[in-house]
Amino acid sequence: MRVGVVTFPGTLDDRDAARAVVAAGGQAISLWHNDADLKSVDAVVLPGGFSYGDYLRCGAISRFAPVMKSIINRAEGGMPLLGICNGFQVLCEAHLLPGALTRNHELHFLCRDQVIKIENNNSSWTLNYEIGQEILIPLKNGEGSFQCDDATLAQLEGQNRIIARYVGENPNGSRNLIAGITNARGNIVGLMPHPEHAIDPLTGPSSDGLAFFTSVLKAAVNS
Amino acid sequence: MAKIVVEVMLKPEILDPQGKAVASALPRLGFTFATSVRQGKRFEIEVAGDPTPAQLAEVEKAAGTLLANPVIENYTVKVEK
Amino acid sequence: MVLDTVANAAKSADQVQPFAELGLKSDEYQRIKEILGRRPTSSELAMYSVMWSEHCSYKSSKVHLRQFGTKAPKSDALLVGIGENAGVVGIGQGYAVTFKIESHNHPSFIEPYQGAATGVGGIVRDILTMGARPIAVMDPLRFGAADAPDTRRVLPGIVAGIGGYGNCLGLPNIGGEIVFDETYAGNPLVNALCVGVMKVEDIKLAKASGAGNLVVLFGATTGGDGIGGVSVLASETFASTGPTKRPAVQVGDPFTEKVLIECSLEIFAEDLVIGIQDLGGAGLSCATSELASAGTGGMNIKLDKVPLRDPSLSPEEILMSESQERMCAIVAPEKIARFLEICEKWDVTVTVIGEVTDGDRLLITWNGDLIVDVPPRTVAHEGPVYERPFAEPSYIAQSTRMKSEVPQINSAPEISAAILKLVASPNMADKSWVTSQYDKYVQGNTIQAQPDDSGMVRVDEKSFLGVAISTDANARWSFLDPYEGAKLALAEAARNIATAGATPLAVTNCLNFGSPEDPGVMWQFERSVTGLADACLEMSLPVTGGNVSFYNQTGSVAILPTPIIGVLGVIQDVRKRTPMGISESGLELFILGETAADFAGSEWAHIHGIKGGVPPRAELQREMRLIELLLAANQKSLFASAHDLSQGGLAITITEMVLRHKVGATLNLPGDLTQWLFSETPGRVVIAIKPSAVKEVEALAQTHNISLAKIGTTGGDALKINDATISLSELSAAHTATIPALFG
Repeated sequence: MRVGVVTFPGTLDDRDAARAVVAAGGQAISLWHNDADLKSVDAVVLPGGFSYGDYLRCGAISRFAPVMKSIINRAEGGMPLLGICNGFQVLCEAHLLPGALTRNHELHFLCRDQVIKIENNNSSWTLNYEIGQEILIPLKNGEGSFQCDDATLAQLEGQNRIIARYVGENPNGSRNLIAGITNARGNIVGLMPHPEHAIDPLTGPSSDGLAFFTSVLKAAVNS
Repeated sequence: MAKIVVEVMLKPEILDPQGKAVASALPRLGFTFATSVRQGKRFEIEVAGDPTPAQLAEVEKAAGTLLANPVIENYTVKVEK
Repeated sequence: MVLDTVANAAKSADQVQPFAELGLKSDEYQRIKEILGRRPTSSELAMYSVMWSEHCSYKSSKVHLRQFGTKAPKSDALLVGIGENAGVVGIGQGYAVTFKIESHNHPSFIEPYQGAATGVGGIVRDILTMGARPIAVMDPLRFGAADAPDTRRVLPGIVAGIGGYGNCLGLPNIGGEIVFDETYAGNPLVNALCVGVMKVEDIKLAKASGAGNLVVLFGATTGGDGIGGVSVLASETFASTGPTKRPAVQVGDPFTEKVLIECSLEIFAEDLVIGIQDLGGAGLSCATSELASAGTGGMNIKLDKVPLRDPSLSPEEILMSESQERMCAIVAPEKIARFLEICEKWDVTVTVIGEVTDGDRLLITWNGDLIVDVPPRTVAHEGPVYERPFAEPSYIAQSTRMKSEVPQINSAPEISAAILKLVASPNMADKSWVTSQYDKYVQGNTIQAQPDDSGMVRVDEKSFLGVAISTDANARWSFLDPYEGAKLALAEAARNIATAGATPLAVTNCLNFGSPEDPGVMWQFERSVTGLADACLEMSLPVTGGNVSFYNQTGSVAILPTPIIGVLGVIQDVRKRTPMGISESGLELFILGETAADFAGSEWAHIHGIKGGVPPRAELQREMRLIELLLAANQKSLFASAHDLSQGGLAITITEMVLRHKVGATLNLPGDLTQWLFSETPGRVVIAIKPSAVKEVEALAQTHNISLAKIGTTGGDALKINDATISLSELSAAHTATIPALFG
């Protein structure tokens, strides 16, 4: 299965996302922000980092990249799309997902090993998790506070579109401890913490994050 | 030379931790006048000559799609001499 | 304002020039006139004044630093030694690793966030310019007293700046330390280290050779950052009125540097540069004069081609500007088109500003007028060399007579109280509030980061080859005996990486001292450098480069002499590294190395306000045998965990080991408990081993002639020492409360 990993100027975790895709058994295809050609990929990951230096707002400039036009097109047609951290910010700026990510409530960049609980395993990226499963993956960002209006929150909760919630103290002020959400169809997922940094206990707090990447391979097989 | 000014503020219901931090810092410096502080952004856009209504309309569009994120921010557009 | 050209200077010999305001002594000014055969133009004066400053020319330290060359041990691993932007060592499998540490102390006091941020930016560019991909950073920091108001002003900004810049570059922060001491009030120390990796054949050097090759400036545009005293020239030497420019602090943009890194690495991969230099202190003056003098000697520069952020800058200001995120490359004409293409892909500003010539002068023109005509070596390498007087200061005789009579503890309540007090003291307390502001995961190769003894990064994902680095200094020991203090710091850094299983290979150093005009400070410096050079020779670890920061003092009170030593080592398989924390019960705890009554300069003495005494002597032969033992044990996977002892002694070491994974320990320590717990005798490591490994470890200790004593076992949810019991939750609460309470 071909999984595209996008690099914007300032993207940092693209190589880690590619490593995770390969570890899961997929083929990682590098996609350049300025090139609208998606190279026949079956799914796309928007990785973490500081694209465009987080200028203006995180992800605000990246969302207009030529590659995003093609990605939005295919995602609206059902292609699995995962936005991690900065990638999640791009998805919200592009209005593929509702809400927005704002400054951490304590104003500091925070890097910590975070427990999150999976609450939806119907999305293309969480099929290999159990509902209620708690996983330990790194959280590392300065703008990770998920905000949305009450109507959107009610919709997300009511439609079971929260895919993961922070366990324990709220690390960044996100509404309802939301760590990740999905669209109604379940193919587009935004997640603040970094599963690609938890694929090997040698270099991360666990290997709990790998299942995000094996899930999408399963989704491809199923579709 | 006149310029077009766009000011962007977080919507009132959105938590503004930076504004809060400023509000907490003021009394520590002896300034006790503020009951609240919110922090926003100001864009100064220069055009050749005086801004035309057509240009202002375009700035409005730019403000709503790029300069501000309407999900969490409000904006105003005006001309300043 | 009239442009001060070479022609103009030649005919106005009596022009009064502000050389003193620019920091030059009158004999230095005379020497410049002799070199040039006329008075310097204002641009040339600016160049000489900055390049001959202490920061750039090392004029007070050179005579002593030469020892790193004259006493250099033979090393098969050393590929690039002192003199280039950073040192390079081979680590096997075709890889070369470059590393260096630098200071950015004064700017961080003035503007903490930007000072620290640009410090990180600068050292990263030094590593990039060797042809390497930067892979990690570390930051040893020093501050005044933890509860002092100015510490509260500078610390959060400095930490935010290091994180803000380093995180945005995508560099994991894998270590460093924070130490509080009142002598750093007004002079915080921000030392930044960077490591990079490349293939051996890809090492790049900073030299300009080949007449006709192009000089190319790329990266950020040039503005008035950090021009400082040069504004004296930019304003009116010719006595006219007008606005004087104020010196600007350097402001960094990590996004521009991230893009510059990726762009540069693509350029290196296609072998498009002959030489490359980054623009750091003294900006273009430094880059052009250093590239020219290291190469075939001649260079022509058209200064008006430099792309400007601020079009009002004068030529002198452009030459002095310290705008960040800029590099200067020497590119053959047939490769320039591709070079420009790659810059365009990454949207990096790039301009050809000159060419290498077959002459031996550096010629700089401004819109056709010649404003600089100098022999580049005289600017870059033949600066003044001072032989500053040095003499043992009077405090030494007094302090060595003082006895370190520290409070003694015996009973269980005393033990508990003492340990809780020590772990909560600012120097010993948990620093997660700081380190959680740094990304340690990016690039996915971090094996060890804070709070481990050393930072460790995987270099090869197939073979698991890795490198480890530790930075250490004990400024209180250096104050009491700078010669031994430097040796002890080297031994500690080497021991730290050997504890994890890495073999020490090379050394970098950042020497932070007070004013070189004070003979007592100069004596501390000379003793420290000599001690380090002697220790490096004895331990066969070459110094590959480093940095000197003088003038860290306010009034007559200098900082404690703080030579920070960084040691880099290689580990064949990072999967086999020895972790620090205890994660199993039922293991046996032993201590390698003898414990004596070493309280002078210790944390236990410090928290009781006891100063003075005689610090331990470094016994490098024994330290080397200990390192051999640690490496041999790691090879055979004999240690479940290991942690070396340093500040705070056994009390802190065992606390850190039990709190890592919340597995307790029970210690039985016979005899003098105060000495057991708080002495800081060097050359000791606590190890946790399976009972089945004990015999082999005993044999190793025998053959390496290192003493080995059993001190306890692991397990439970408390730290028990003889009759005292401290629950892990109470221990953790004491350890983790202090720093957030002070700075959160």
